[in-house]
Amino acid sequence: MLKGIDTHIKKGEVVVVIGPSGSGKSTFLRCLNLLEQPTDGEIIFEGVSITDPQNDVNVQRQKMGMVFQQFNLFPHMNVTGNVTLGPIKVKKIPGDEAEALAKKLLERVGLPDKAEAYPKQLSGGQKQRVAIARALAMEPDVMLFDEPTSALDPEMVGEVLDVMKDLASKGMTMVIVSHEMGFAKEVADRILFMDDGIIEEEGTPKEIFDNPKSPRTKDFLGKVLY
Amino acid sequence: MGGKQLDLGFLIKYKMFYISGVQNTLLLAIFAVFFGVMLGVVLALMKLSKKKILKAIATAYIEFLRGTPVIVQIYIVYYGLPKAVPFELPDMVWGIVALSLNSGAYVAEIIRAGIQAVDKGQMEAARSIGMPHGMGMRYIVIPQAFKNILPALGNEFIVVVKESAIVSVVGITELMYRADTIRGITYRAFAPLMVAAVIYFIITYTLSRLLGIVERRMSAGD
Repeated sequence: MLKGIDTHIKKGEVVVVIGPSGSGKSTFLRCLNLLEQPTDGEIIFEGVSITDPQNDVNVQRQKMGMVFQQFNLFPHMNVTGNVTLGPIKVKKIPGDEAEALAKKLLERVGLPDKAEAYPKQLSGGQKQRVAIARALAMEPDVMLFDEPTSALDPEMVGEVLDVMKDLASKGMTMVIVSHEMGFAKEVADRILFMDDGIIEEEGTPKEIFDNPKSPRTKDFLGKVLY
Repeated sequence: MGGKQLDLGFLIKYKMFYISGVQNTLLLAIFAVFFGVMLGVVLALMKLSKKKILKAIATAYIEFLRGTPVIVQIYIVYYGLPKAVPFELPDMVWGIVALSLNSGAYVAEIIRAGIQAVDKGQMEAARSIGMPHGMGMRYIVIPQAFKNILPALGNEFIVVVKESAIVSVVGITELMYRADTIRGITYRAFAPLMVAAVIYFIITYTLSRLLGIVERRMSAGD
């Protein structure tokens, strides 16, 4: 349940959303590409109101990559199939071009040798990196990450965060819901602390982690940073 | 007497009865499942639709067909429907219509369950790369649902082979009707009916083995 969120995400900005479970972080993120339909309010993406009933959100979703907690790879297609499906079916680019793009992206996420593998043959960390490649294949302007490392075994968290850090360093606009405080501190331009459906506090990592103003932020950080 | 009951000599004389009976039984089952699947797809999509009226119609149809005896449905179709249409159709067609209408209700539930068993995240992932709902169904959900659906559809085919025996009550000349005819002619019940039972069993057992092979192939491809 969101109770009124008002924020602006700039091009190239990396925003990490933190907060206790049930605070509405994921709901907020899923509203951004309308996987969750807000009951009220407006979402403007690149100058277009995507909540406008006249708007076809499929157009904007092509420009908004999304990475899910549970990966949601397509199990009946191999890795290349997963990555090329969007470009081929949605953007209608030729198959060989899409495959060349997939090859490049798989190299970028460190999985050039897994092009022919099926999702069930991959580890959690590898699946999530394929999911990132699949989202990047649409050449999005913004990437949305919904707790991308929460379903991973601890030893695989690093490889996924490394890919995300690389993206951030290359100037990708990113909105990340995460419990990885160290990562948030390192890559975020801005932290949103959400609690009970509102943005309780926001600021640079330094402001939020070193000098939180709200007692609720303090309380939350006290519990997660020990 | 006992020896005579088990004497299979009648088979030579009446083998054409059995052969044509099996042909009609298989025709009934194949067409009933074919049209049942088409009806089932439509009903399943209606039931999954967001439009309340479509959902209500499909639900009512499925519940009614599954909640009434198939023999009553066959009587209604066989004695009722021909009066409602201005042209004449062979009895076999009415048999197929009755079995299809019934099977469609079961197939609808098989398909609906198969589609709903596909994880919700799959459609979300499809939508997140800009696919419209229909495209997501076509490339992502349906291919995965198909794996859930196919074995159950095979079972439905076996069920229809067996249930088709019931259309003999309205005089459609399938296997059961033929066996009963032989009983009437020869005044012998046990052997002619036993032969029919064995033929039904051979058909259904073969089908279930074939189904097992297909299922193993499919799970190997996972």
